[in-house]
Parts: sequence; C-alpha cells; structure tokens
Amino acid sequence: MADQVLFYFFAGLAVLSAILVVTSRNTVYSAVFLITTLLATGGIFLTLRAEFLFAVQIILYVGGIMVLFVFVIMLVNLDVSVRQLQFNRQKWVATLLSLVLGGELLAAFALARNNQQGRDLLGLPQAAATALEPNTELVGKVLFEKYMIPFEIASVLLLVALIGAVVMGKKRI
Amino acid sequence: MIPTSHYVILSLLLFTIGVIGVVTRRNVIIILMSIELILNAVNINLVAFSRHWGSVDAQVFAIFIITDAAAEAAVGLGIIIAFFRNRETLLADEMDLLRW
Repeated sequence: MADQVLFYFFAGLAVLSAILVVTSRNTVYSAVFLITTLLATGGIFLTLRAEFLFAVQIILYVGGIMVLFVFVIMLVNLDVSVRQLQFNRQKWVATLLSLVLGGELLAAFALARNNQQGRDLLGLPQAAATALEPNTELVGKVLFEKYMIPFEIASVLLLVALIGAVVMGKKRI
Repeated sequence: MIPTSHYVILSLLLFTIGVIGVVTRRNVIIILMSIELILNAVNINLVAFSRHWGSVDAQVFAIFIITDAAAEAAVGLGIIIAFFRNRETLLADEMDLLRW
C-alpha cells in the first residue's frame, strides 16, 4: 500500500514537473523543474529497490549535470531571451506529431501485451522481491566482471567529453 | 506490488513530453534539458524491467546511460557557450551556418 502511494506520488510529480520544464518561459524555472523531475525519478528507482541507482541519480544528475546547466544559464544573459518568442512557428504541428508518436508507442505496447501468441510477457509473475537484494553489491559485481570492457570504454568517453568541453570553452576556437 | 506496465506507461509519458520539448522550443538550453528528460525515461524503463526479470544487468546499462548523459551535457553546454560568444543568441533557429 505504501509502495503504491509512493509510486503514484512520484510519478505524478515527475510528469507534472516535466510538463512545466517544457512549457515555462524562464530557463531558470525550467532548470528547477528538471531538478524536481530528476529527484522524483530517483524516488521511482527507490520504489523499484534500486538503491545504488537512486544514489547515482542524486549525486550525478542533480549534483553534477544540473549544476553545470545552472552555471551555463548564469553565464549567458537571459534578460533578452525571456522576452523572445519561446516556441517556434511549427509548434502545433510538432506537438501533434509527437503525440501521434506517443500514441503509436502506446499502441505497440498494448498490442505486444495482447498478441504475444496468447502469451503476455508482462503478465508473467515478477521476480521475487529479494532477487536483487544486496543491490549495490550485485551491481558492482556485474559491472566489474561482465561489463568490464564497456566500463573502461566509458572512461575513454568521459576523457573525450572532458577534452571537448575544454576546447569548446576556449576563447578562440 | 505495482505492475511493470505502470512503469512503462510512466516512462512513455516522460519520453513523449521530452520529444515535444525538443521539437517545439527555440532555446537551445531547454532543448538539451528535454534530451535529459528522454534519457531519464529510458532509465525508468530499464530499471523497471530489471526489477521484473530479477536481473541486475539493466541497472548497469542505466549507469552507462547516465555516464553518456553527463558527457553529452558537458560537450553540449560547451558548444552553447562557444556559440553564444560568437552570435550573442541562444535560439536554435539562428544556428543556420550550414544551411544552404
């Protein structure tokens, strides 16, 4: 019961503040609402018993990426950009097409549920609640054994991003 | 226990909102934020199915996606700063140097 209350609370919070991210005029408000969405997503990870990802979400997304965003918003002046037109000309067509895309995904999901040769993949029983139990230990074990090489490649990716950000921030490129 | 389909529908909603943000806004910073929303929706999906099948691999994928998002945000914001320094604007419509 408490699980369901928490899930619907966090889900509603996430969807509501995601809508506000997309619609608010001021970039700073958008950033604050994005932080709320990310925190609510962290709460959803917690209802899924993924404690390690919850911590990663808070530390990396809210503590790292969003600070970067807020810094850049501070660096570029926004007095001008608030007064400009916020949405482009084809916004209604674009919104309609995006909603069609969302409806298509929903239809594909519903069809896959009904039509799996009489088998409903999501109707299969969920794994036991204790299947992922020492969560951090299991994630660490899989990350450093099965996915060792992707992990190392991710470090190279971060190095590339570091160099790219430094080069882009230079005075003359 | 919440059924997995509810998580999938939540992730679908967040994904659609993110796509709407990418295609309708003019401000480049908000477009980048909408991309973060889309990546988050994917993460919810991955973790929900990891829970459903009792396998932890998808959570490792989610960590890789978060790494990607960090790299993308760093480089993207660097590009935005360089662009702002040259053109004094943040509008995506003004980025038309390559348009013929």
